Amino acid sequence: MTTTAIDAGSRVDEDTAGEQLFNELIAQDSRIEPRDWMPADYRKALTRQISQHAHSEIIGMQPEANWITRAPSLKRKAVLMAKVQDEAGHGLYLYSAAETLGTPRDKMTEDLIAGKARYSSIFNYPVRTWADIGAIGWLVDGAAICNQVPLCRASYGPYGRAMVRVCKEESFHQRQGFEILLELANGTPEQRAMAQDAVNRWYAPSLMMFGPPDEDSPNSQKSMEWKIKRFSNDELRSRFVGMMVEQVKVLGLELPDKEIRYNDETGRWEHGPLDWNEFKEVLAGRGPCNAQRMERRREAHEDGAWVREAAAAYAEKQALKYAQAA
Amino acid sequence: MTGGSTTGDDGAKAPSSGPQEPRAAWPLWEVFVRSSRGLSHVHAGSLHAPDAQMAVRNARDLYTRRNEGVSLWVVPATSIVTSDPDSKDQFFESPQGKDYRHATYYTKSEGVKHL
Repeated sequence: MTTTAIDAGSRVDEDTAGEQLFNELIAQDSRIEPRDWMPADYRKALTRQISQHAHSEIIGMQPEANWITRAPSLKRKAVLMAKVQDEAGHGLYLYSAAETLGTPRDKMTEDLIAGKARYSSIFNYPVRTWADIGAIGWLVDGAAICNQVPLCRASYGPYGRAMVRVCKEESFHQRQGFEILLELANGTPEQRAMAQDAVNRWYAPSLMMFGPPDEDSPNSQKSMEWKIKRFSNDELRSRFVGMMVEQVKVLGLELPDKEIRYNDETGRWEHGPLDWNEFKEVLAGRGPCNAQRMERRREAHEDGAWVREAAAAYAEKQALKYAQAA
Repeated sequence: MTGGSTTGDDGAKAPSSGPQEPRAAWPLWEVFVRSSRGLSHVHAGSLHAPDAQMAVRNARDLYTRRNEGVSLWVVPATSIVTSDPDSKDQFFESPQGKDYRHATYYTKSEGVKHL
């Protein structure tokens, strides 16, 4: 027997033992850590999900950052800046988590800039008025929280830990959005109309954030078996609709959906039809702001190149000085 | 050794079964935060930075935006030495079956006050 054959044999044993342990850990609802054996598909699915999630946080900074100069008061500017800074932080936590699976951050950034990676379609919608900042906080961050709270228990340790951190910070985002809408809803008739208009435009896109209906979501099944996802897209969407139905009453506004009802038999909230063709179009890069967002991201990366290079050169020089002095 | 793997608390080596990784442009640092006086520094996560000084500053911006810390440590991920995750069973075997190291092992004194 050649050495190669022996190596191959022991690798097969390693894989079998690894797979057995992996399955046991998943069955026990324990966590998988970076150095553990894991199926190639699990690694691939997680890398895709976490990096897309990270990209979404980074691209998500743009629509809001565009409003910092136009925020109506110094307090609102400070709050919005804190929120945008949080999004950057969330992106970095998630890139770190994705890196533990073996893909370096620079590669993920390259993929995003080259247009090879996806991010949440919600950030390709335009932010037309100040009320939109309120609606984004309330509806978009609200949907994100609904999606993300169960991810704190995702079977992959680093992802779950990153999500715990993200969720803690995200609740401020939703409350500040709600507050913006509440003040506008109780303001002048024009302000009130502006708030209602923003809710009208952000309602359906935020419902689509949960992803396609269960019957059109082939990856969900595997993801739930692996305990990355804990609930199906439709289940989470229905839960979200139920929460919004109550909260919108406090705002004194309306959700633009006459078909919302609670189904006693299924125990789920139901909503009117959503335009899934629009969802697919936006996801395929043909939404209202896709080109603008990508161009801005590329520009920021290229404009920042000299800073990255200077910092690296400085670090190298300092290290050399230190080595010579020693 | 390459960076890029330790938000898991499980060792600084890249996953053996993962794809080959080119050297990251900026090294990876592990961040430890002391949340208040009297408590230990606890691992919070990791970040990339060109040098130690930038790593501390970035760690402040990334992990203490809400007064989460009064002190920070950053450690190059490559400097962390870990137990071998592949032999953890043997390595942590010694305390197994030694229940008598725990107070709960001693039940005869139950009900006796201040013990």
